[in-house]
Amino acid sequence: MLKIVIWTVVTVTALGLVLALVLYLIAKRFRVEEDPRIDEVEKVMPGANCGGCGFAGCRAFAEATVKAASPDANFCPVGGNEVMAKVAAILGFEAKEKAPTVAVVRCNGTCDLRPKTNEYGGYASCKVKAALYSGDTGCSFGCLGCGDCVSACSFGAISMDPATGLPVVDEEKCTGCGACSKACPKGIIELRPKGPRGMKVYVSCLNRDKGPAAKKACAAACIGCGICAKTCTHDAITVEDNIAYIDALRCKLCRECEAMCPTGAIHGVGFPKPLDKEGIKERIRKRNEAAKAAAAAEVKKEDKA
Amino acid sequence: MKRTFSIGGVHPSDSKISRECAITPLAIPGTVYISLSQHIGAPAKPVVAVGDKVKVGQVIAEPGGFVSAFIHSSVSGTVKSIGPRKDLAGNPQMTVEIAVEGDEWVETIDRTPDLVTAIPEDGKAIIEKIRLGGIVGLGGATFPTHVKLMPPPGSKCEMLIINGCECEPYLTSDYRTLLERGEEVVVGAALIAKALGGVPCTFGIEENKPEAIAHIREIIARLSASDKAYASISVMSLKKRYPQGGEKQLIDAVMRRQVGSGGLPISVGAVVQNVATALATYEAVQKGKPLFENSVTVTGECFPHQANVMVRVGTPLSFIIDSLGGIPEDAVKIISGGPMMGRAVANPDAATLKGTGALLFLTAAQTVRKEASACIRCGRCSDACPMGLEPFLLRKLALANDLEALEKNAVADCIECGCCLFSCPANIPLLDIIRLAKADVMKVMRARAAEAKAKAEAEKAAAEAKKSESNG
Repeated sequence: MLKIVIWTVVTVTALGLVLALVLYLIAKRFRVEEDPRIDEVEKVMPGANCGGCGFAGCRAFAEATVKAASPDANFCPVGGNEVMAKVAAILGFEAKEKAPTVAVVRCNGTCDLRPKTNEYGGYASCKVKAALYSGDTGCSFGCLGCGDCVSACSFGAISMDPATGLPVVDEEKCTGCGACSKACPKGIIELRPKGPRGMKVYVSCLNRDKGPAAKKACAAACIGCGICAKTCTHDAITVEDNIAYIDALRCKLCRECEAMCPTGAIHGVGFPKPLDKEGIKERIRKRNEAAKAAAAAEVKKEDKA
Repeated sequence: MKRTFSIGGVHPSDSKISRECAITPLAIPGTVYISLSQHIGAPAKPVVAVGDKVKVGQVIAEPGGFVSAFIHSSVSGTVKSIGPRKDLAGNPQMTVEIAVEGDEWVETIDRTPDLVTAIPEDGKAIIEKIRLGGIVGLGGATFPTHVKLMPPPGSKCEMLIINGCECEPYLTSDYRTLLERGEEVVVGAALIAKALGGVPCTFGIEENKPEAIAHIREIIARLSASDKAYASISVMSLKKRYPQGGEKQLIDAVMRRQVGSGGLPISVGAVVQNVATALATYEAVQKGKPLFENSVTVTGECFPHQANVMVRVGTPLSFIIDSLGGIPEDAVKIISGGPMMGRAVANPDAATLKGTGALLFLTAAQTVRKEASACIRCGRCSDACPMGLEPFLLRKLALANDLEALEKNAVADCIECGCCLFSCPANIPLLDIIRLAKADVMKVMRARAAEAKAKAEAEKAAAEAKKSESNG
């Protein structure tokens, strides 16, 4: 009995030693030289492997960033500036600060604002639905409501609101990876700068139909009237294809456009106080009057001269 | 033993409840909306401007590419607007709106009822007349007919098959056309056979239409007595099975030849044309009448006014429905086309196209899908697939978004007939998922083909540059 045990131990140990030697020789012979910095960079990455950076995962991002001539081109949206600073420290370049972004749903066609014209009974997927028809309301640009964005999110940051039938983004959880934006067949979800303390103003509509048609399809549609663009004193708003767009980098968050929008298509979120519509309208009226008076005075002056 | 295709297929109920309804012309609406995307391929380019007066049969748009077709006005009147208008799926398409005034036809159209049986000698001239007539395949795909009649170099057509299967349930417009305008269809078939180089022609008709089979046989016998050109036309009665009207299935049934994966019918020497296309060809070639009206079956168990109507292209669907008594109360779904391959109408204000073949009303009991449950791997979908694919596997791969494996498993061969979905005991929406995967895979394949072409061209250009250099 003891003999068997001893022999077994000896054989297995010998086998182990031989194989270890073989492995050692193979490892030495076929060694692949790899930049050690790749491992270091990978260590500081969030490790979510979400693909938000455009690479297959965190390791692929690390490889690409180490190899890239200008590492500034790559950005990890999940880790944000904090992680990028660490990456920069490893690779020895200066990280440029990027404003953190967050997903914004640009459709406000809730069930009561956007009357249904059709009932969909097919497979519950926005992609399938979009391939079949334009959607079950008069608006062919709006949210389809099947929640492809929800299943695309790896962070649990998007959920469907059963009352409105629209997705809601939890800004605390959203990392701005853009997976939802890619999953949406209507391209409704935009990545916008988070804004100071989460404050931002945006047009929550993508309906490019002409005003009357858009309004008929959805009470909260942007009708492309251009009042917002005329009101804006910061030159942040453009109207193209019957749809207004607010440039987040120029917007000073004065909320004047939001107050003036006749359909309520412009949304301000994250503000501590509710919108004082009348107060802002009064302010704009006074400013316009003052400007008129100044212009009139100018004309008079010229006349005298 | 009657013939049919060799693999797959299902037997949906026939439901040809409108089979006794003769084709009657429908009134012309006050305004027609003629879409510029009436066919597969590039949209046509409008050649009229707002305010122009047009006559019935006048060209209003010309082909926008090689695979494209002429579009003619279906009414006489004034062009009101040219712009986007929502199609039946609610997506905007460029559309010419014409306000109707009277019914004045272009003078070159022969409106007499006389049958012209003499077949012109020149096949090229026939194809040119088909092209100018804006004729597209009316079996459903609306592929420009003249393109199909010009086989690529190296391939030779051996047989023309006229598709009279009408294997989709409910549809009866082809059956009525065969019965009422059989002579014109046969002459049309002879014209197409001549254009293909005088090939023999076979009508494939399913056995559930015995009157049509007998009628066409009688016409062929009568015409071939006086003109030899008709002697090579025959009729084949086929076993009833869906989707026999599919091009590749019909070739299999009639010629016993299988088109390979990714291949075209011409690769086995066949060209398939629909009955309605043959009729349109007759009218375009012998009568100078372009394609601007087509017959539409309006049917459904809940629809009291069954009808086969001849409508002008661009007639709003709601106009057709209203003239036949309106939408029935218990109908919950309108389908443009048959129940297997048709598309649900999301916007009844949309107008008919050249390829619109039917309007079908279905009740909740007929159309609402049952809840899907898990796949039990029974393999019925694989048995039913007429293309020999494995739908359960394709679905699995599609959900995993594995485009490479999808391509390997020939997802691009799917003809979207819906047999898999029809046969699935677990009510799994197989087709919905596979269709999307197919579109994604085709995109990748097209991109790759374009890249390869560009590369080959670049190499050729480089080689030529080198050659001229060495010469110089």
